[in-house]
Amino acid sequence: MIIHHLSDKLLMAYSAGTLPEAFSLAVAAHVELCDECRARLASFDAVGGAVLNATEPASVPLSGGALTATLARIKSTAPVARSRPARISDAVLPEALAKYVGGGTEAIKWRSIGNGVRQAILPTSGTATARLLYIPAGMAVPDHGHQGLELTMVLQGAFADDDDRFARGDIEIADDAVEHQPVAEAGADCICLAVTEAPLKFRDLLPRLAQPFLRI
Amino acid sequence: MKPKDGTRWVFLLQKIAEKRDTEAFAELFGHFAPRVKAFLMKSGADHALAEECTQDVMVTVWSKAAQFDPSRASAATWIFTIARNRRIDMLRRDRRPEPEDLFWGPEEEPDQLDVLALQQESDQLGAAIAGLPDKQRIMIERAYFGELSHSEIAEETGLPLGTIKSRIRLALDRLRHNLS
Ligand SMILES: [Zn+2]
Repeated sequence: MIIHHLSDKLLMAYSAGTLPEAFSLAVAAHVELCDECRARLASFDAVGGAVLNATEPASVPLSGGALTATLARIKSTAPVARSRPARISDAVLPEALAKYVGGGTEAIKWRSIGNGVRQAILPTSGTATARLLYIPAGMAVPDHGHQGLELTMVLQGAFADDDDRFARGDIEIADDAVEHQPVAEAGADCICLAVTEAPLKFRDLLPRLAQPFLRI
Repeated sequence: MKPKDGTRWVFLLQKIAEKRDTEAFAELFGHFAPRVKAFLMKSGADHALAEECTQDVMVTVWSKAAQFDPSRASAATWIFTIARNRRIDMLRRDRRPEPEDLFWGPEEEPDQLDVLALQQESDQLGAAIAGLPDKQRIMIERAYFGELSHSEIAEETGLPLGTIKSRIRLALDRLRHNLS
């Protein structure tokens, strides 16, 4: 049962299409596992529909031949049937994430960052970074930056800090102000998706990530 | 101009999906294509690019009409998502990760009462947004035209989304139930 959900701001920005790719990935992954946020997202899409519907037709109208040209194009366009798209079907990774990994969990290209913790950077564009983290049960979740907005979503296992517990599907939304040191629970090793606002700097990454195993 | 009742657009999309009806398409085009073009221009496209992308959006509407689920979205909402995705391609050349949709096969038909209720909720949401104080309404429009970043979007949107969300949730639950 998911108890930590996406914020309205994230859902609206995703619906409007303005979130950086790495954050969109976390939103898409959570929505796949959470029908409550799927419904909330659809309600924000409905706001977009209402905005579109209320938009005054362009002051520069469509060219006179636009309909004719489009009709000519659809004549040669085959309808897309309702059929199940190809799936990777991994027990841990939602499809949106599996596409970025290029397969299931076995296809993740882990790199050790010390103390049994591993990470895999996912290929997203621009201003934010998405990475998968593998944290052995009982280890601290690496500190991934605290620069701006930071999302951490659990895919396997669970982690907890003093106040909260996060299990599969739960998403933690943190910003600069939050100081915390969550620890992966005993039991299953924890796999999570972590997205940070700061662009990836290869040089800084390892030292910052290797530091924080204080609480074990 | 008062927007037409949402059920009309649902009816036209179903005619397109089932019968490849070009007259239905032309009527839908007459309403939505100019709005899609205006939406794309407000999102930063110039006239020629907006015109070309509008055609792309309407061609997608034609080819994917069978995938439109009127128990979960109005036609305007569905067309908005297509236009938004086209805009992301057009302006940012970025990928957009999407949640995998719940698979509903050709044999599943949406419940007609769900459809009617959702279309009414969508019309009411449109009216509610039109009635918001200017400042709030303009913030929302700017967000959807792509002018605001995540951090610029207000924490409290003031949008009355509770009922439409509950409707969509019911339709999702029904779909999950039918699939299991
Ligand atoms: Zn959720």
